[in-house]
Amino acid sequence: MSLLMAFLIGGSLCLIGQLLIDLTKPGITPGHVLVVFITAGAILSGLGLYKPLVDIGGAGATIPLSGFGHLLTQGTLKAVEQKGLLGAFSGGVEAAAAGIAAAIIFGYVAAVIFNPKE
Amino acid sequence: MEIPNAENLKQAEIDEYDSLVQQLKPKPPLLKHCFWAFVVGGLICVLAQIILDFLQAGGMGQTDASSVTSVIMIFLGALLTGIGVYDKLGKTAGAGSIVPITGFSNVIVASAMEFKREGYIFGVGAHIFSIAGPTLVFGFAVSTLIGLIKLLFM
Repeated sequence: MSLLMAFLIGGSLCLIGQLLIDLTKPGITPGHVLVVFITAGAILSGLGLYKPLVDIGGAGATIPLSGFGHLLTQGTLKAVEQKGLLGAFSGGVEAAAAGIAAAIIFGYVAAVIFNPKE
Repeated sequence: MEIPNAENLKQAEIDEYDSLVQQLKPKPPLLKHCFWAFVVGGLICVLAQIILDFLQAGGMGQTDASSVTSVIMIFLGALLTGIGVYDKLGKTAGAGSIVPITGFSNVIVASAMEFKREGYIFGVGAHIFSIAGPTLVFGFAVSTLIGLIKLLFM
């Protein structure tokens, strides 16, 4: 059941991304799509609208980049409750630390080991 | 008589060619794109859900299990990009391969690899975030702003 919901929610989010690419102005790049998703996820999370999606879709909602935005916002809000102003600056990085470090380390190592194809 | 500037002439030719390409290019098959984005994106999330369920069954807390799942997916994205599989997948899947966190990992490796000839520090090290960087900038900007707003109304 959790697999089916992950498929449906995750698939739907990717479908929205595809509509963004095909229906907006030409020249939209993967970088733009990622920015739109992380920003939208962070804002929806702040409004309390992304949590229900995570409850329903599990990894289907957390693995798309909007889930990363949700993680940043929730980490920030939790840290603000505990530490006030400091938390507003530390909470996001703390929550996303593992993902960001993994992206830098695996990304760097993969780029050093492998060469571009074609 | 004024001799047309070679630069300008070249630019005019490029513009003309571009508009011609825009006219002749077939409209993107929207339904087909959406179908593949949905299926591939959905399946990537299913794989992540399998990993997440497995970790939680092993007794890991939800927050940690979620972080570990992201780390594993980022690793897979980097590896598949390195061996050239992910970009082939992307040709069919479109946003289905961009939106999941594996896509974030993909743009990091792809842009870093591209600049390897400029060295390991200012080539690979700098270009690791040439595409993925804005994502972090806007993500942190928005989440910090939301934190500050909460602070004001707390």
